[in-house]
Amino acid sequence: MLSRRILLALAMAGSFAMNGTALAQDKIKIGAVLAVTGPASFLGDPEAKTLKMLADEINAKGGLLGKQVEMVIYDSGGDAAKAKQFATRLVEDDKVVAQVGGSTTGDTMAMIPVFEDAKLPFISLGGAVVIIDPVKKFVFKTPHTDKMACEKIFEDMKARGLTKIGMISGQDAFGKSMQEECKKVVGKYGIEILADETYGPRDTDMTPQLTNVKAKAGLQAVLNPGFGQGPAIVTRNVKQLGFTVPLYQSHGVASKGFIDAAGDAAEGVRLPAAALLIAEKLPASDPQRPIVVNYSKAFTEYAKQPVSTFGGHAYDGLNILVEAIKRANSLDGQKVRDEIEKTKGFIGTGGVVNMSPTDHMGLDLSAFRMLEIKKGDWAVLQ
Amino acid sequence: MPELMQFLFSGLTVGAIYALVALGFTIIYNASDVVNFAQGEFVMIGGMATFFLYAAGVPLWAAAPLAIVAAVVVGIALHKLAIEPARGASVVALIIITIGASIFLRGVAQIAFDKQYHRFPAFTGETPFHVLGATLLPQSVWVMAGAALAFVLLWQFFERTLAGKAIAATAGNRMAAKLVGINTDRMIALSFALSAALGAVAGVLITPITLTSYDVGTLLALKGFAAAMLGGMGNPLGAVVGGLVVGVIEQFSAGLISSKYKDAVAFIVILLTLFALPHGLFGRGRVERV
Repeated sequence: MLSRRILLALAMAGSFAMNGTALAQDKIKIGAVLAVTGPASFLGDPEAKTLKMLADEINAKGGLLGKQVEMVIYDSGGDAAKAKQFATRLVEDDKVVAQVGGSTTGDTMAMIPVFEDAKLPFISLGGAVVIIDPVKKFVFKTPHTDKMACEKIFEDMKARGLTKIGMISGQDAFGKSMQEECKKVVGKYGIEILADETYGPRDTDMTPQLTNVKAKAGLQAVLNPGFGQGPAIVTRNVKQLGFTVPLYQSHGVASKGFIDAAGDAAEGVRLPAAALLIAEKLPASDPQRPIVVNYSKAFTEYAKQPVSTFGGHAYDGLNILVEAIKRANSLDGQKVRDEIEKTKGFIGTGGVVNMSPTDHMGLDLSAFRMLEIKKGDWAVLQ
Repeated sequence: MPELMQFLFSGLTVGAIYALVALGFTIIYNASDVVNFAQGEFVMIGGMATFFLYAAGVPLWAAAPLAIVAAVVVGIALHKLAIEPARGASVVALIIITIGASIFLRGVAQIAFDKQYHRFPAFTGETPFHVLGATLLPQSVWVMAGAALAFVLLWQFFERTLAGKAIAATAGNRMAAKLVGINTDRMIALSFALSAALGAVAGVLITPITLTSYDVGTLLALKGFAAAMLGGMGNPLGAVVGGLVVGVIEQFSAGLISSKYKDAVAFIVILLTLFALPHGLFGRGRVERV
């Protein structure tokens, strides 16, 4: 262990010497390969800002195990091949102790083998269930899965007696994956999918597909998995065509930008979302309230942009890692990994996290709140 | 029947958007044989600049012209800084320069604006018109009228004005044009300015429907280019007809087959047309005199 530390210190001293800076401080390096630019930049951008902000915060409070934390952030541009190269660089050159990153499922899947081989913990910020199912020893994730979003939506539909629905799904990675997951679990709720339409992620008018959905006899609700501007256009097209049944969106659009872009048409739309979005609206008794209110305030001040759930995933990821390192009182990959797996009752922006050897995400359906858009703002449904 | 009407309206809306972008291609192409792949970025600048001015409190009627001016400045800068210094380079090299410029402009837009998608309100409300059981948004009418007006103005410009003829002459034979006293550099600069203005107008008109973001230009340029090729590159009428045909085919395929195949269907139709008519529907073949 001691020799490892010395090696680490030597490696760091070496890299600093190469940079020409004489600062041979003992730092804890945490890696993050994020899609800061490119099509998934709306994920990577708030994630990168959140990690920098949180690292500054930790350092201002005296650091971790008495050392300063340094975030080593690389931009994958949403390209899985690049993400893998950067992951290798994090492990071999930067000698990070762990990674909190991987904005997309694609990036994450490409980086998993690198961290599994190096036996270093990897807390992913990707959405899909495949990241943690089957369980991989060193891989964890903080965002909810799309399957949970489907279940939350179907629960709400069932409670309202809506059993015949039409789906229109974006064909981006997120929309496609959620479309699949929803179709897998829909049977459990006795809900029937009458129409299953799709649209391209860059399409500008979905009225033909929606016309087909509307024509289905007995239609009781419409569900639109997808993210980006597609769902905003779908929402506007639904209004244009004069649908009389409720529209459900996914957690993929859970940002203020969606309400702005969809305008009046967003009125009455329901969607599942993390508590972060409605920080100020949570009852004082809610255990998540202080966490999400604090993060929301800090992030808006730091980044001068509205808070998004994606940044929240990074916030939870780094906090879980930091707490695990503190409990382990070590930087050893195996020990930190064991402690991450023992995370219990951790209250994050995404919900209450209870990990176990079989569950490397640790969230349940209570992590999602059902929201309805009322008067251009989110309202929490009980 | 109402379903088919809805597909048609949807197709005409999307088609008018492509037509506006395709019209932008014709001006620079007519002046210099260059297909300006940064045309989509002019559309993006028009939409994004209008949104940010509008969000800053500038009323829409003032924000839109300012955004168009901004795009014209970018268009002239593109010519001065990237195209003019490469004077004498082949057309293919110039086209590659415009591709580089489009990537550069997209990068700058990420920093200068942001990475979110935005929209500003439609000009005349959002209550759709009901025609034969189908619905049409007022903004779609604006886009179609805009495309029609742009077409008429361009046609007049190239057929009736001295500047338009001078641009055509520049394209036809630069040396001969110079010999009769045409300032060819200025003509090409003018074509970039006009093209940028037209692109920005398109951006202003379509943003309430399509929304806008820093990377909205890529796909629009591709579709607009396909439309222009189908109609006959350089012909304003071809651009409009090509745009509408591509849009209508796409939306009918999305409605009747599946949206997964709509691009494929559109491109197959374009390919077949170009096999039969290599210069597009309205394009004139160039005759080489020996």
